Formats: sequence, C-alpha cells, structure tokens
Amino acid sequence: MPRIGVFVCQCGTNIASTVDTKKVAEEMAKIPGVVYTGDYKFMCSAPGQDNLKEIVKEHKLDGVIVSACSPHMHEKTFRKACESAGLNPYKCEITNIREQCSWVHHDATKAAGTAKSIDLTRMSIERLKKNKSLSKIKIPIKKRVLVIGGGIAGIQAALDIAEGGRQVILVEREPSIGGNMAKLSETFPTMDCSQCIMTPKMVEASLNENIKILTWSEVEKVDGYIGNFTVQIRKRARYVNEDLCNGCGLCIEKCPFKAKSEFEMGMAQRKVIYTPFPQAVPNIPVIDAKNCPKIQKDKCGACAIVCGPKCIDFKQQDTVITEEVGAIIVATGYQLMPNERFGEYGYGKIKDVISGLQFERLASASGPTGGEIKRPSDGKTPKNVVFIQCVGSRDEKKGVSYCSKICCMYTAKHTMLYKHKVHEGQSYVFYMDIRAGGKRYEEFVRRAIEHDGAMYLRGRVSRVYEKDGKVIVQGADTLSGNQVEIEADMVVLATALVSRDGADSLAQKLGIGYDKYKFYNEYHPKLKPVETVTAGIFLAGTCAGPMDIPESVSMGSATASKVLALFSNDQMAREPITANVNRMTCNACWDCLVACPYSAIEEDAVKNRQGAVIRMLARVNEGVCQGCGVCVAACRSKSIDLRGYTDEQVYAALAAF
Amino acid sequence: MSEHTQHEHSGFEPKIVAFVCNWCTYAGADLAGTSRMEYKPNVRIIKLPCTGRIDPLFIIKAFEKGADGVLVSGCHPGDCHYTTGNYHARRRWIAFKSLLEFTGIDMKRLHFSWVSASEAIKWVDLINNITDEVKKLGPFMEYKNLNV
Repeated sequence: MPRIGVFVCQCGTNIASTVDTKKVAEEMAKIPGVVYTGDYKFMCSAPGQDNLKEIVKEHKLDGVIVSACSPHMHEKTFRKACESAGLNPYKCEITNIREQCSWVHHDATKAAGTAKSIDLTRMSIERLKKNKSLSKIKIPIKKRVLVIGGGIAGIQAALDIAEGGRQVILVEREPSIGGNMAKLSETFPTMDCSQCIMTPKMVEASLNENIKILTWSEVEKVDGYIGNFTVQIRKRARYVNEDLCNGCGLCIEKCPFKAKSEFEMGMAQRKVIYTPFPQAVPNIPVIDAKNCPKIQKDKCGACAIVCGPKCIDFKQQDTVITEEVGAIIVATGYQLMPNERFGEYGYGKIKDVISGLQFERLASASGPTGGEIKRPSDGKTPKNVVFIQCVGSRDEKKGVSYCSKICCMYTAKHTMLYKHKVHEGQSYVFYMDIRAGGKRYEEFVRRAIEHDGAMYLRGRVSRVYEKDGKVIVQGADTLSGNQVEIEADMVVLATALVSRDGADSLAQKLGIGYDKYKFYNEYHPKLKPVETVTAGIFLAGTCAGPMDIPESVSMGSATASKVLALFSNDQMAREPITANVNRMTCNACWDCLVACPYSAIEEDAVKNRQGAVIRMLARVNEGVCQGCGVCVAACRSKSIDLRGYTDEQVYAALAAF
Repeated sequence: MSEHTQHEHSGFEPKIVAFVCNWCTYAGADLAGTSRMEYKPNVRIIKLPCTGRIDPLFIIKAFEKGADGVLVSGCHPGDCHYTTGNYHARRRWIAFKSLLEFTGIDMKRLHFSWVSASEAIKWVDLINNITDEVKKLGPFMEYKNLNV
C-alpha cells in the first residue's frame, strides 16, 4: 500500500476564499493509500516547505500531493523539498487548484471550487500511485552561444558573454551590425549622440577575439536542444572576399550606379557597391546584386578593376555554415509599421510627410542633410513642423492595440532637436496621452514643452493634405474643444513599432512562442522575462515587445548572465521525461522513427552470439528525446511509453474522474 | 442554460475532460486564472506534454469513466513546442473522428481546438460553450453502462 501525503494550500486567501481547503484535505483522507492530509496557509513559504519535509520523514511518505498553484509556478519548489526529505522528486505531484480552480470559479459559497478541487486532487492521487522514481538525465554543454541580431541588445549580450570568456557567433541580416540604434541621431533623455555611444560598442565587438561576426547572414535551420544546438547559417553572397578586403572604399567611389539607401530610409542614394553607413562594422562593402549591371547583364565591373587586393568576386555564391552552440539569444529587434496604411496622413503621397526614423536621419550629423533639418520635397528649412503621435499604436482597428512605448519620448526629443537646429521654428505635437514613465523622462517632456516651446495639442488628426506647397493638418484639440488647422511645412509620424518581417518563421525554426503581433513570448512575463519555453533560448530587446534602449541593453546583459550561468557547468541535469521502448514487444515497424520530430529514435540491431543480426529494435536516444510523446501515440504495438506521462498514469487519473 | 434543457436535464452538470498540452493550452488556462476570468467549473484538465501524445483510446476511456464531453486542445498549427506534435494530433483526429462517431460518440460531445498561451479569453469561451452544448445533450450514458 502506498503512503501518500496530501497538502492543500490556502495561498492566503487566493485559494481559501473560494475553496474549502480543510474539507478538501478531509475528503482526501478517505482515499486508500493516503496516510496524511492537511491544509496550510502558504505551502511555498519556508515554514510551509519545512513542514512538508518533516511530515514526509515522520510519516515515511512515498508520495506527495501538493494541491496549490499551477505546476508551472512551484512544481520545482516542492519536488526539491521532497528530494531534500529523501523522497524521489518525481513522486511529488502538483494539483492546480488556483489558476484553474479558485481564480476562475468565483462562487463565494465555495461549493463549486471545493467540489472541483476534490475531483482534481483525487485524480492526482490516483495518478501519483502509478508514478515511478526517475532520475535526471545529464547532458554535456557546448560552451558557445549564437546571438541572432546585431542591434544594441545583441551586441550587449555578445560583449558580456565574450567578456565572460565564452565564444559568441553574432549573426546579422544587414551588411553591418548596429541595428536601428545606429540610425538614431540623439537619444532621450540625455541627448547624447546615438552613434557616439553605439559605434564604440560595434568596434569593441569586432575587435573582441571571442566574437565572430557574420553579417549579411541569416539563420536557416536550428536543430537540437539546450547545450547542444546545431545551427545552419546562410551567409549571403557579398561578392566581396572578406578575407582580402581592406576597406579602402575605392570600389564604392568608382561605382557609377546608385540605388536608394535603406539606411537613410530612402531619403538618399547609395552606390550599388556600398557599406550602409561610414562607420559600418565590418567595414567591408557588399554588392547590391539586384541593381548591379555586372551581375545582371555582365556590363561594367568598375569595382573589380580599381580594387587593389582583387577581392571583388562576381561569381560568389551563398554559403551555408554549420555551427554548434549550447545556447541561443534572439535579439532580432523591431521595424516600423508601414505608414502607407494610414492614407489620411498622406504618407507616400505627400513628400513632406515622413516617419520618425526618417526624421532621425534628417537630424543626424551623418544623415543625408548633414544634420540640417531640410524637408524632402524642396530642401527648404521647415518653419512649422507637426508631429503626430500614436500612428498605428493604440489603434486596434487600423493598427495595433499596444502602446509602442518610445514614441512619446522620441517625439519630445524631435521637437527639441528641431528647436535647437531651427531656432525660429515652431513644433506642434498631436498626442493622445503622454506616457513618460522612466527615470528623468517626465522632466524631459516638460523641458520640450516649457523650455523649447513645443505646442502640445491633445487630440487626433483627421486629415493631412497638400495645398500651395504647404501640408495642411486638420485635427482636434480636445482640451479647448476646438478644431485646429495647421499650415505645416513638414509632418512627422510617430509610427508604431512592429516585429521584424519573418519574426514568425524564425520563431518556428527555434520552437519559441509569439503573440498575435509576432513579438516573442517570454517564459513568464514577470519572473522569467528573458527565457523562452524552449530551454537554452533567450530573448533580448524589442523582439519581445516595444522597449527603449536602456531596457534593451538590460535585457541583453540579462541574457548574457543566464548564458554564462548555464555555461558554468560542464554538464546540465535535464528532466527525465523521455520515451522508452519495451524491447520485448517492439516489432520494428518504425512508425516512431517517422513520427519523431527530433530524430531521437535509433535503429538498434540485436545480434546473436555469432554476431549475426537477428532482430531490429527501436531505441530512444535520451539526450535527444524531448519528451513530447508523439512516438507513444504513434506506436501500434504499444511498445513505447513516456516517463512521467505513462498510459497507466493517464488511465489512473481518468478512472478517478 | 438553454430553455430546451430545462425540463429534460434540470440540475444536470456535465463533466468535461480536457486533454491539453503543457505549453500552449495549459498555459492559456493558467492565464485565465491569473487574469481572474470566470468560467464554468465543469472541466477537468489532464495535462500532457503535447497533443501529439494523445492516444485516441484516452478519449474513449474518458467517456467510459464518466465524461459527458471531451476537449482536446493544443498549440496552433506551426506553433508546437515540439515543432510538429500538433500536426500528428490533427492527422490522428481526422483519421479517428469517423471511427469515434461509428462507436456511438456524438461529435457534439467531442471538441478539438487550438488555444495558445495568450488566448485566455478563447479558453474561457470554449469551456463555457462546450459546457452549455453538452448540458443540452444530457448525460452520456452509453459508455458508462458498459461497466468495463
């Protein structure tokens, strides 16, 4: 007969207000095999755990049920407590009577909650009776990390890990690292120049021996699991031999063809062989194959003629590199929502309606106008500039429901930059609310309004149109109750931040979750903000949701500390939830082998004494098996079972239903 | 409760078994809790690592052991924690649906859905709707009478 103890947690009043925990405990005492029951105020507290340990020893329990919060919260806590009391941790089961009972059934008489808690706990007890002792699987760790995305978050993570003495592979889709931050002119609330603080970090990353930077590259395939990922990276053809190029820039100078610059947000031209910006890292040009006449039509080839080290290679092909890493940091960042979606603001039709990032380039000393604010249509200095906030953000019908978080701050910064450069200019800001939560943020917005004279109008803009070389902005000032019409010279849209194109397909390659806006899901929004549900894969920066630079940097460093902690051991212990084959009944039909998403099923040859193969059997590679159980349901001879989720356990729970 | 059930099955509270995956639907149901949403207390969740783990026999067994309705729910297609487990579940579902129907299970008692970790509202609606629907159908006695 088993000796099971049942501990019902009140969780303060979180459970006790809708569940009669005492009654649940009493009912459970009637079940055969249950030798102890009790309810307690906070099972997860130190005294609660100590109490559990003492009772395990005192009653010589061989199984423990804790009816409390979700196993996603405290399963580990209680299993650890049981382990320290000498019980196998997998002989401890959690019943979820908080998230899936007391918090969702608000019946104050406690009838519904108590009845359900009794049912759930009884099911757990019967399941527990079928639990077997399991021990953790030890797996080796490859102490190298892949960082996807070379923006500020990715660079910070890479630098911190490299500093910790581990190797980093930093993959960037663009020809240079730097991301969106490299495009900014100044940063709020300190007004320090973005490139001045960003480029030293980029250079540091390129000089660090532990960091291998792969630009113009994308992750193609990810296999494996924590500690042992195999990653395939497609290195796109650059048409320039990176080993030979010395970055002299002669090819760029002599190239006779031009295309729109992506880095300058389409506001300037770049050569067809180019580096996106002067401080690009690596300082190696790339040929824009689509616009290169040599590659398209075998005409020109000027770059190859002038190149001293002869590093231009028009025949270069994409290569696929395979890297073995132990952890992956995803830092793919954000992009702006296409403004064309908002026809009423005239973006794309009216030249002087630009996005916030375009304004950054206008204000940047390295930008297309050398830092002078000149409007795109005729190059004149705009005297009146209207800034429209929440373009797409907080607009569920046409845009996204969330707040993009940084626009209030950068719009305030834009008005200041504008005032500092065009002293006689007047800026107007249409806003919904000003969200300036953060250290010195509110003061910054006040400074824009009070010191730099930005005119803030609370209300929405209904229409933007062109008239006699002016951009007319019609909107409402809801505080005065008046309709407003402003004759502007330029309009800047604070467009919503959205996830990167292809964010979903990358998530699917990595096996991590994402929300409806394709921002990646953290494991727990508060307590595990940089982890994902896939062990060994971490998140940094705006790929997880809108955030500003300090937050992105913090997240980058946080992921680094997680990775370094993981790499501090040679081996890691893994949950022993794996499939195992019954060798007596397996008939080698290989349905499991076909079904397994991880190729964890191996063909095992059984030999006789003479060494001749007499039989084939399926065998599970425990290091590779992730414990999904797909093979179990696929097996026709019922020869595979999943430890921790056996058929027996499921049937036992159903029988107690 | 709909009017037509009033006289027939008044006071009947169906029992629903939900086989859910650990990563999406279980977390979605947890989120409904953390968000203090309310739904009908008729569901009993059985957590599995993945919907791909679900053996069609589980469903029959659930009915035999007293369920009036069964729900299978996991990650959305393409979002499976184990890459493709939910596709196996879906394929199996298609293959076994007609067999289950043949064995006398009313398809209104059996539901298949995708609920992600962020779709607490979908979970709440799903449970409320299934409970209402099964309530209308009344207790499922055919399998319980088997007494296996």
